[in-house]
Amino acid sequence: MNDHSLSTAFYFLLKRDLTLSMRRRAEAINPMLFFIVVITLFPLGVGARPQLLQAIAPGVIWVAALLATMLSLDSMFRSDFEDGSLEQLLLSAHPVSVLVLAKVCAHWLVTGVPLMLVAPLLAALLGLPSQGMSTLLITLLLGTPVLSLIGAIGVALTVGLRRGSIILSLLVLPLYVPILIFASNAVELASTGVPVTAQLSLLAALLALALTLAPLPTAAALRISLS
Amino acid sequence: MITQFFHRLSSPPYYYRFAGKCLPWLTLLCVVSLLAGLYGGLVLAPADYQQGDSFRIIYVHVPSAWMSLFIYMVMAISGGIGLVWRIKLSEIVAICSAPIGAAFTFLALVTGSLWGKPMWGTWWVWDARLTSELILLFLYLGVIALYSAIDDKRVAARATSILALVGVVNIPIIHYSVEWWNTLHQGATVTKFDKPSIHIDMLWPLLVMAVAFKLYYLIVLLLRTRCELLVREVNSKWVNELVKSR
Repeated sequence: MNDHSLSTAFYFLLKRDLTLSMRRRAEAINPMLFFIVVITLFPLGVGARPQLLQAIAPGVIWVAALLATMLSLDSMFRSDFEDGSLEQLLLSAHPVSVLVLAKVCAHWLVTGVPLMLVAPLLAALLGLPSQGMSTLLITLLLGTPVLSLIGAIGVALTVGLRRGSIILSLLVLPLYVPILIFASNAVELASTGVPVTAQLSLLAALLALALTLAPLPTAAALRISLS
Repeated sequence: MITQFFHRLSSPPYYYRFAGKCLPWLTLLCVVSLLAGLYGGLVLAPADYQQGDSFRIIYVHVPSAWMSLFIYMVMAISGGIGLVWRIKLSEIVAICSAPIGAAFTFLALVTGSLWGKPMWGTWWVWDARLTSELILLFLYLGVIALYSAIDDKRVAARATSILALVGVVNIPIIHYSVEWWNTLHQGATVTKFDKPSIHIDMLWPLLVMAVAFKLYYLIVLLLRTRCELLVREVNSKWVNELVKSR
C-alpha cells in the first residue's frame, strides 16, 4: 500500500480530528446540550398547549439544529489555525479541498450525529406524532452534513478574525434557508401522513451539490485567510 | 481594440481619468431619463383599473428590485475576475457595489411594503419574493460585514469575492425554495417579452426608469471606485502628482 496516497491522508486526518475531539469530550458535547436547552425553552416561552407544540415542533427542532451546528462551527479550524497545523495542511502535496472534506466529515460525526441521537427524544417531548419521527431522522441525516459543509466556507473565511463568530452567523445563516425550508416542511407533512419523497429528494440533491462544490471555496478561503 | 481598451482601463490612473471624463455625461443622461421616466410614470400613464394610482410605486419598486439582483451579479462576476486574474480594479468594483446593492434591496423592500399596505392590507406578508429579497439583503450585509472585519483590504476584497460567488450559486436555490414554501406575490408582468401583460403606456416609463436606475448605479459606482482607488494608492506616484496639480 502506498503510504502517501490521498485516501491515506484523508483517513489519517479524519482519525486525528476524531481523536482530538474525543480528548476534549466536554467541548464536543456542548452543541448537543445547547440543542436540548434551546428546545426546552420553547414550551416555556410559548406555553405548553399540546396542539401548539405539535404544530411548531418540526420548525423548532430544525431551527435549534441550525443554531447548534452554527455555534459548533468555529471549532472546525480554530485550534488548527492557532497552533499552525492548518498551514501545514495547506502546504501538503494533496488537494486541500479533499483534506477539508475530511475535517468537515469529522465535524459532522462529532456534532451532527449526536443531534440525530437526541432528536427523537426531543420530538417526543414536543409531542411530534410518531409517524413523523423517521422522516425527522432522515432529514437530519441528509441535512446536517450540508450545514457542516456550507458552514465550513464561512469558518474558512472568518478563521483569521478575532471576533469571527458573530460575522460567521451573518454569513452562514442566510445560506441555510433552503435546508430549513425543505427539512421542516418534510417533517411537518410526514407527521400528517402525506408522502414526502419530493422534499427528501431535494434534500439529497442539496447534499450532493454541497458535497461536490463546498470544499472548493472552503479551500480557496483558507488560502486567503492564511495569506 | 476592445481588449486593449480594457487592458488600459485596468490601470488605476487611466481608469481614474477616464471615469472622471465619463461622469458629467452619465449624470446628464441619468437626470434626463429619470425626469422622463417619472413624468411618464406619474403623469402620462393611466391609472390601473384595479389598483388606482397606488400602482405607480412600481416605477420605483420594480427597477430597484431588478437592480438588487443585477448588482449582486456584477459584484460576483467582477469579484471572480479579481480572484482569477488578480486585477485590483475589479476587486474594487466588487466591493464598492455591495453597499449600493444593499441600498437598492432595502429600497425595494420598503416600497414593496408601502405598496402592500393598501393592496394586501398589511405591511409585511411572508410572501416568497419578499422573503427572498430580505434574504438577499442579509447576503449583502454579510458581504459588507466581512469586508469591514478584515483589516488588510486586499485580503478582505478576495474573501468577499469568494463569499459573493458562493452567494450567486445559492441565490437561485434560496429563491426557488422560498417560492415553493409560500407564494402570494403578483406574477411577473414584464418578463413575457412577446406579449407583456402590462399596457404599453405603463410599460415605457418603467423601462426608462430601469435605464435611469442603471445609470445612477454606474455614477455612484464610478464615484466610489475613484475614491477607493485614491485611498488605496495614496502612496503611489500618480496620486501624488494629482494632489500637487490641485
